[in-house]
Amino acid sequence: MDIVVLVKQVPDTESLVQIAGDGVSIKKEEIKWVMNPYDELAVEEALRIREAKGGSVTVVSVGPQKAQETIRTALAMGADKGLHVHDPLAEGSDALATAKLLAAAVKGLAFDLIICGQRGVDEDNYQVGAAVAEFLNIPQISLVNKAEVLDGRIRCHRVVEGGTVVVEAPLPALFTTQRGLNEPRYASLPGIMKAKKKPLEVKTVAELGLDPAAVGAAGRKVLIQALRLPPERKAVRMIRAETPAATAAELVRILHTEAKLI
Amino acid sequence: MANGVVAITEQRDGAFRKVSYEVVSEGRRIADALSCNLTAVVVGSGVEALAGEIQAFGADAVLVLDDPGLADYRTDAYANGVAAALAPHAPAVVVIGATAQGKDLAARLAARWDAGLAMDCTAVAVQGGAITCTRPMFGGKIFADVTIKGAPQVIALRPNVMPIQRVARSAVVETPPVQLGSVKTTVVEKQMDTGGKVELTEAEVIVSGGRGTGGNFGPLEELAAALGGAVGASRSAVDEGWRKHSDQVGQTGRVVSPALYIACGISGAIQHLAGMSTSKVIVAINKDAEAPIFAKADVGIVGDIFQVVPEISAAVRKIKS
Repeated sequence: MDIVVLVKQVPDTESLVQIAGDGVSIKKEEIKWVMNPYDELAVEEALRIREAKGGSVTVVSVGPQKAQETIRTALAMGADKGLHVHDPLAEGSDALATAKLLAAAVKGLAFDLIICGQRGVDEDNYQVGAAVAEFLNIPQISLVNKAEVLDGRIRCHRVVEGGTVVVEAPLPALFTTQRGLNEPRYASLPGIMKAKKKPLEVKTVAELGLDPAAVGAAGRKVLIQALRLPPERKAVRMIRAETPAATAAELVRILHTEAKLI
Repeated sequence: MANGVVAITEQRDGAFRKVSYEVVSEGRRIADALSCNLTAVVVGSGVEALAGEIQAFGADAVLVLDDPGLADYRTDAYANGVAAALAPHAPAVVVIGATAQGKDLAARLAARWDAGLAMDCTAVAVQGGAITCTRPMFGGKIFADVTIKGAPQVIALRPNVMPIQRVARSAVVETPPVQLGSVKTTVVEKQMDTGGKVELTEAEVIVSGGRGTGGNFGPLEELAAALGGAVGASRSAVDEGWRKHSDQVGQTGRVVSPALYIACGISGAIQHLAGMSTSKVIVAINKDAEAPIFAKADVGIVGDIFQVVPEISAAVRKIKS
């Protein structure tokens, strides 16, 4: 089984995200950058499948120079090799353009299965996995919390509102991760040392054979006009009553007569 | 020339999901602002009867894709069927619900159309023919106003946000032959919750618990039942194994916008707040008066959830009876 994992470097979810001076991007300096948590699940699942079935795990990422840290993290967890799409022409890509870059990069690799996060927890687009599958003309199964590789097929438990649907697709296929799939391992110290020597190839937009006008800031179809902070709530109103019963009565009164929610 | 608004609805077992009414209602508002027609798309097997129901929300035309191969959602079957049916329409705008199904389908279709997609939008504004969509990013820590270049503009709407509006129309109902194309995926099993549990993203009320519950969600379940709501959980409660992953509210879990969110024994980590900040009214109950959750709440109670929550349930039942 040759498995490709798509990863992205994103701000840690505990980070405070601030808007930059241009009003359309975020301040990148004071942020702790990590592997997208859903991609950690993808790397872990790929490693488990390789451990069970043999084969290889290749990690692919699009991003600035710094994104190589995330590829190295995946290599330290145990992936075999990395591919970094790194090109100023690719910067500022939206989700669709990112998927074009990733699909072009993956096309040059031998693969039976692609695993990626259901979404990046930065822009929350939920888009790249499905678009890569479309561009490669392979089936996709999203939001998977259990996957079994069968003979030439993959069987995935897909989490939907109010339940789970078990879906099968022939390989090659792509699936995206949901929490519950596994518990990602930490990179061990020997793993981190080994990762430094693992192959990590860098490709440009031209090397991928893509039209520069279709990717990067130039290729964006979704244009960010403004970023803003969510509307502030009014100051909290504390209920201070003598007893739990009186507190509850006051809350229910507010919700019933003022907010009209009960 | 691209023209018209298309609203893709979602049904399960022959009944519309609530988001369908929201999507058609919002589609109507966009179509009115653009002075064009709204076509609602119904997809499934044995769903022809649903065409009548959706007209009441303002569709000028209803396109029914009815085929046994569309009985259960499969990305390839739905994407092929919808793309083929919409090809002659060349819509300017496609709206869809940002559900598990809608997000998956929207992303696949947008790639097929080489179209821009604004995912999980909480507001849509039309001015002078230009559409601006507002979408939370970073789990709601930042809101982005975005426009989409080209056509169709694909807009996925966050469930439970857009108002439902009845606008009676008598729509033209079309049932074109369904072209499924090559379908490789199969649904082998469905394990659905039974017992009429309210789904988290559709719930009007969510009672959520964190570390402060110590794993005892009984009083929260009782309050949720009294309010006709659903029970959610913080990441720590899920990490402790007290609740399922699918109950987790937060940046790495479900993003919810109920009318009322009651946080019980949740301290209010940034990543949790990100998942519930678009709730209309937030109530926080916590023993620790310094808990960050109070800064994001509308109403706060400093107290023991095991004393306060059962009293709230009793008071709710009293007012409802």
